[in-house]
Amino acid sequence: MATTTPSRNSTSPPMRPKPKQLPFPLSLYQTAVGKKWVMALTGLGLVGFVVFHMLGNLKVFIGWVPEEGAYDLDIYGEFLRELLVPLFPHGVLLWILRLGLITMFALHIHSAYSLTRLNSASNQPYAAKRDWIAANFASRSMRWTGVITLLYIVFHLADLTWGVGPAYSDWEYGRVHENLVGSLVRPAAAIIYIIAVVALSIHIFHGIWSMFQSLGWSNPNYDWMRRGLSMGIAALILVGNLTIILSIWTGAVGLEAGQ
Amino acid sequence: MSEETLNLKLRIWRQDGPSSKGGFAEYPANNIPTDASFLEMLDVVNEQLIEQGEVPVEFPHDCREGICGTCGVMINGRAHGQEKATATCQLHMRKFTDGDTIEIEPWRAAAFPVVKDLVVDRSALDRVIEVGGFISAPTGSAPDANEMLIPKDVAESSMDAAACIGCGACVAACPNSAGQLFTSAKIWHLNAMPQGQAERYKRTEEMVETMEQYFGSCTNHGECSEACPKEISLDFIAYMNRDYVKSKVKNRRLAGQ
Amino acid sequence: MTTLNSKVPEGPIAEKWTKHKFDSKLVNPANKRKFKILVVGTGLAGSSAAATFAELGYEVEAFTFHDTPRRAHSIAAQGGINAAKNYPNDGDSVFRLFYDTVKGGDYRSREANVYRLAEVSVDIIDQCAAQGVPFAREYGGLLANRSFGGAQVSRTFYARGQTGQQLLIGAYQALMRQVGLGAVKLHTRSEMLDLVVKDGEAVGIVTRNLTTGAVESHAGHAVVLCTGGYGNVFYLSTNAMQCNVTAAWRAHRKGAYFANPSYTQIHPTCIPASDEFQSKLTLMSESLRNDGRIWVPRSRDETRRARDIPEAERYYYLEEKYPAFGNLVPRDVASRNAKTVVDQGFGVGPLKNGVYLDFASAIERVGKDTIEARYSNLFEMYERITGENPYEVPMRIYPATHYTMGGLWVDYNLMTTIPGLYAAGEANFSDHGANRLGASALMQGLADGYFVLPYTIGDYLAPKLGQDLVPTDDPVFTESVQNIKAMTQGFLDINGTKSPEHFHRELGKIVWNYIGMARDQNGLEKAINEIRALREEFWKDVRVLGNADTLNASIEKAGRIADFFELAELMARDALDRNESCGGHFREESQTEEGEALRDDENYAHVSAWEWHDADTPQTKHAEELEFENVKLTQRSYK
Repeated sequence: MATTTPSRNSTSPPMRPKPKQLPFPLSLYQTAVGKKWVMALTGLGLVGFVVFHMLGNLKVFIGWVPEEGAYDLDIYGEFLRELLVPLFPHGVLLWILRLGLITMFALHIHSAYSLTRLNSASNQPYAAKRDWIAANFASRSMRWTGVITLLYIVFHLADLTWGVGPAYSDWEYGRVHENLVGSLVRPAAAIIYIIAVVALSIHIFHGIWSMFQSLGWSNPNYDWMRRGLSMGIAALILVGNLTIILSIWTGAVGLEAGQ
Repeated sequence: MSEETLNLKLRIWRQDGPSSKGGFAEYPANNIPTDASFLEMLDVVNEQLIEQGEVPVEFPHDCREGICGTCGVMINGRAHGQEKATATCQLHMRKFTDGDTIEIEPWRAAAFPVVKDLVVDRSALDRVIEVGGFISAPTGSAPDANEMLIPKDVAESSMDAAACIGCGACVAACPNSAGQLFTSAKIWHLNAMPQGQAERYKRTEEMVETMEQYFGSCTNHGECSEACPKEISLDFIAYMNRDYVKSKVKNRRLAGQ
Repeated sequence: MTTLNSKVPEGPIAEKWTKHKFDSKLVNPANKRKFKILVVGTGLAGSSAAATFAELGYEVEAFTFHDTPRRAHSIAAQGGINAAKNYPNDGDSVFRLFYDTVKGGDYRSREANVYRLAEVSVDIIDQCAAQGVPFAREYGGLLANRSFGGAQVSRTFYARGQTGQQLLIGAYQALMRQVGLGAVKLHTRSEMLDLVVKDGEAVGIVTRNLTTGAVESHAGHAVVLCTGGYGNVFYLSTNAMQCNVTAAWRAHRKGAYFANPSYTQIHPTCIPASDEFQSKLTLMSESLRNDGRIWVPRSRDETRRARDIPEAERYYYLEEKYPAFGNLVPRDVASRNAKTVVDQGFGVGPLKNGVYLDFASAIERVGKDTIEARYSNLFEMYERITGENPYEVPMRIYPATHYTMGGLWVDYNLMTTIPGLYAAGEANFSDHGANRLGASALMQGLADGYFVLPYTIGDYLAPKLGQDLVPTDDPVFTESVQNIKAMTQGFLDINGTKSPEHFHRELGKIVWNYIGMARDQNGLEKAINEIRALREEFWKDVRVLGNADTLNASIEKAGRIADFFELAELMARDALDRNESCGGHFREESQTEEGEALRDDENYAHVSAWEWHDADTPQTKHAEELEFENVKLTQRSYK
């Protein structure tokens, strides 16, 4: 009806096509809200891992256990491999847990990657300088703290799990305590560990707060605790791990004489 | 009330049309009374421009009471300027200091193409509403209003969300240009109340998915809520996220409400 | 002089609407899609009408000059919406709301329309609640009511201080639902600039796309104007900056009579202007008058702060003059009294242009928390604008133009004098007579859109089944398009020296000074001359810069001001013609000894509807006599 002449001055917002809906639960992962949900759940799992990993590592302070003739940390390592034996053969449950961890990790990274791409496609930078009000360093550096953590994990696995590349020269499978001490007495390694722990804690600080939002765990009755809880867990991880690193670096924790 | 005036330097984004390249232009704004509103200050500048034979600056505005949601520009890097819970039209010049330089830029998001100067196209917000931001109640089909009891607290909470004026500051302030605050406020406004239950999951699903066709994703910075002239809470975003997952998981044929 | 046929149905007043609905022709559900209705304006009336037409099955196109329908100025109504629900059990009824509205309108409205308005008011609340409008509730979950703007019953429903916003959003959502379903085609940033008439019937409109400048033709079987009021003719008003009379005025120029243009409402509780160049006044809900007490110092030379002035030296002029109603007298009475005391030199504030609205005794009586719960958003707004805290110091208020009761003349079906052209909401001369009661504008807009037009439009359309739309290449369209293009380009070509804003400001001064709260013959005649002179200067000396093919607010503004000039002149003529005082129209020559408005029912109990000839010939007046069978005409007294 209307006699419209197309004009260079007309505007319409660019629209992305809706993807064809996959069956549940994959359909959830097709949307950004669903991806954030996956990111939050996997993040929760990964934070759980980080906390337990740290608890395990704190055994480095127990050091040598004469009754067992071994370092407590080594005993703990063996315990993990022996989990639920004989229900599972030696080391199998640990591998199942590791696979779960790897899956969570992969999903966490993939969702982060695809959301980042979506966001940069949706965003247009301002010409003038932004004056942030609520966005803090943690929230705005998630991408970078995430990438640092990822790079660090590769380093960490090579250094202490696989014993290759940057690992210390006398690395030996199963001698967890000695490997750890051997690595961290090297200042360069210690500094890498410190940077990584700081980045991870910052990542977790925003991550936990963000998780509550993404999962919709919001209730005015307990919302006031959410910031504190994310701060608390991040601080716990920071302090716990830094203590280990600094104690070894400074020699407060070392090898048992004569072993 | 005061008789003081300010002399300011403005850097205003000028852009001839959607496909033109824009840039900042500098204009003086002299003898601006401190009781003037920000938009009245722009009126004065425009009058001066017309006098000098220059094309006046297009800026979005209408009610100038902070309710219609038409106005909205970035002022010194903040959506609607530095005053909390204040739309651009309700920002007053007494909040500035003599000699200030003020940078004024349009909302920026891929979903908000610039129409001209400081005016952007926010029709993407309408697209989100039209897929589910309503309760299907054709005229004439309503039961007596008091047949539906709505607890006072629920009505209040719904009203908190319904206060949204649709200005788009949340999108403009968001580093990801996400439309979460706008969308979730509408979802909560309607989902909170018994009238909204029949369409609840369909509404949440449709609105979220349409929102994602235009806008970015939430990374929980909280900039949106800080920029919002109506202080819409981030809690609504959390609610929307939860309800969206429910909308995917629940089998609505068996939900029963 | 043609007689105006109001088409009010026969029968007792309570049965007229029911009977009329039955007598109106129906369009078969399957045939409704064959009719196209163009709805111009998407405020309360427009959105609700467009949505309802589409729900019924009509093909609808909706037009707004805003970027989205939700921006319409209906959104700014704060206080509430009336309905004769009688939920509080305080004696309200349809008849009482009807009676109050006719009386409040100073007996210058059409009884049958007002009764219908009161009748459907109850349905509006049901409809809005079902749509999810978050009305205020009691703890038990039932709807809350308050008394508002002089009513002696609590019949006002509200959603905080944002009732207009919530009702508009409800209607907007209903409209957007239809847009999403494809039943309504929405044209945003499209301003109607001409009505297209063929063989005496409205057959379409011509619009200008405000972003591209394209002038477009749209054909329809009927055109509905819901384009609001013309308060911005005063320049300083509480209307939004873009509110204008253009759509209605262009229809008037095509033959629609314009009724009662002199009935303008001045709202008593606005924030006084702070300086010369201010372009907009802000209204605060008059619900503030429920708890605030209005006063000025008894001394003209008062220099103390308000709090330091002892009770004995305060002049609570409304409470003293009107003991029964006190601070809750109708708007026109409150406004005129404020003007009187300010004119006498008792004004407060640096420019001595306001009166105090004081909450100190209310805070003492019910506590700060209660006052905060009732008015926090208004108090915040006031503080933001003035920098003063109303919990501590009294507010300063002054009247400002707020609503216009006049508008396009419509019959009982809301059809104008051009068949096929309807007007609803504030755009028609409406149900408010010479003065609108608080919380009645929202009611009328929604009544027209949801419950009146959907019935009455079928009566016009039914016989047109099978009739094709007039093609947009018909000369009636192409000529109109040419005219609009020429007019637009014409503004750019004048290349004068003064901005459109300048002319608007100057026009506003004339209108406020001579056609404002009080009018007299000399002033009105002077106004006509001054308006004409200014109009002439405008067409010679306006400076509109930029292009016609991009967004250009100056072009929009120039076109709107051009229409305001013509309207202002008609307002003056109408005011001059109506040599009586009634409601919002106060003629100095017609007042009681006490200075109250004095009606002249013998000579002026009629609607004045004006017929356009051309820009240089004064309009011709047609009168619709008003008959009052159910309401007894009395001189209003609020003592």
